[in-house]
Amino acid sequence: MTTLAALTIHEAHDGLTSKKFSSRELTSACLAAIQEKNAQLNAYVHVQERGALAAAAKADAMIAAGREDIGPLRGVPAALKDVFSTAGAPTTACSNILKNFIPPYDATAVSRLKKAGMVLLGKTNTDEFTCGASTETSAFGTSKNPADPTRTPGGSSGGSAVAVGADMCIYALGTDTGGSIRQPASFCGVTGLKVTYGRVSRFGVISMASSLDTIGPMCKDVTDVAIVMNEIAGMDSFDSTTPDVAVPDYLEALKEIDVRGIKIGLPREYFIPGMDPQVEACVQAAVKELQKKGAIVREVSLPNTPYALAVYYIICPSEVSANMARYDGIRYGAGTNSSRDLFSYYTKTRGAGFGPEMKRRIMIGTYCLSAGYYDAYYKKAQQVRTLVKRDFDEAFKEVDVLIAPVAPTPAFKIGAHANDPVQMYLEDVFTVSINIAGVPALAVPCGASRGGLPIGMQIIGPQFGEDLLLKVGRAYELAHA
Amino acid sequence: MQLTREEVLHIASLARIELTEDEMIKYQEELSNILEYVGMLQKVDTAGIEPISQITDLTNRTRPDELLRAPLAAPDSLLACSRLFDASSHEILVPPVFE
Repeated sequence: MTTLAALTIHEAHDGLTSKKFSSRELTSACLAAIQEKNAQLNAYVHVQERGALAAAAKADAMIAAGREDIGPLRGVPAALKDVFSTAGAPTTACSNILKNFIPPYDATAVSRLKKAGMVLLGKTNTDEFTCGASTETSAFGTSKNPADPTRTPGGSSGGSAVAVGADMCIYALGTDTGGSIRQPASFCGVTGLKVTYGRVSRFGVISMASSLDTIGPMCKDVTDVAIVMNEIAGMDSFDSTTPDVAVPDYLEALKEIDVRGIKIGLPREYFIPGMDPQVEACVQAAVKELQKKGAIVREVSLPNTPYALAVYYIICPSEVSANMARYDGIRYGAGTNSSRDLFSYYTKTRGAGFGPEMKRRIMIGTYCLSAGYYDAYYKKAQQVRTLVKRDFDEAFKEVDVLIAPVAPTPAFKIGAHANDPVQMYLEDVFTVSINIAGVPALAVPCGASRGGLPIGMQIIGPQFGEDLLLKVGRAYELAHA
Repeated sequence: MQLTREEVLHIASLARIELTEDEMIKYQEELSNILEYVGMLQKVDTAGIEPISQITDLTNRTRPDELLRAPLAAPDSLLACSRLFDASSHEILVPPVFE
């Protein structure tokens, strides 16, 4: 008998409401999976066994009382990337500078999920302050890919991807600033949604790059993504970057799946020499399956794609340097005992508390924003950003969605890019444009390499078009079943 | 694009990060390589192109300065997050700004 931890949200909900099993049993199965696998895979950095079982008991009481309003997330165990503030529980961004930080309030996404009945199992591993594409820069050690533990799970939401992919939870949340949901989802064979910028509130989520950050679900299938989105999406008065745009019922969008006449664009700049041919083959095969169901496929061009990585690696570190300025050892987090004046208190605290990748990003950002360089770097990058966004606007006049690979290769070996930061940045080549343009993209597993390493594709749409992405993703799941 | 040692020291000082000598040498090379890569944007013609900083067309959103709901956290629970908070004097004690 397979473990209950392998269920999806909708399967768990059916089982709970038809009394096949309790939330306590479901939660215990997830905790057992964590006990069995976490020492090797290092997906979780904090586990909350008592809190989880208490939340499960509450859910079981509501179900036993025969309540009519048992929502789909009630009693279902989940994991949260360790940048989501969870009141009373450690939230560290996997950095030494926040090692002992315990927030006194929940992030909005967390409180919405708690209200919907989430059983919080614990917090998952991430690259330090979500800066990375492999989870290797975490102060708590890297996570390992369940398909091959000598390889990374991708990043920065590597811990969440492993927790979902290795059935150590039913669903998780991650964040995506330059690909950090989509790439680990692709490397671990799970489904992850990078939402339109502002679709989901970031209040209480530790910031990385404020004009690029998004938060979103990482799940076992498209239906589960829709269920979580129904709960977390929507304007929040605590996050003024969330526009007052209505949230559709994402499950309703999945009721009738018909892709006949849907126009799919394949951007030629995303199918290039140097990428692993197995990745291209899997994505092309997936597109063919949608074509057989009636979708119309054509090639499009996003001509400013070659500049997107440079745009990202100016804007992102610049905004990171601004967001990291608050870690001064005063209001929260670690600080030094060995300084006699304020200036050295700052420099020693930050020198000791930040890892090497953080220092690189902060310093690049500081340089790009400094007097004499601001126009040549940050302002220039913001102008090219306009060009990148226009490419997507033009493409969506011709097609409804784009389909592209998520990463140029499947999961790479741990340590592969240890000596060359720029090589690591190149892993983001297919993901960053989407963040720059603020559009949504759904990563869906679409095959595996000969060695069994998962490969994913991303379905990209216009701003606030998540329902269309979910429809196309579900159409692929059904065609491929 | 090669940063000088003085430039790296200046950036580290602006960023309020103390670097060891080994780090100084390492970052001088790494930062130079990264800046070399992103310098490719100088080739892009952006004449007349407006910079974007807000990708969904939002501008300053205001509301009346009124209390809408109870605070999410009591002020003392926020102060207690600081390692420098002295509960008895209700102060945050920092090292002196001046010597």
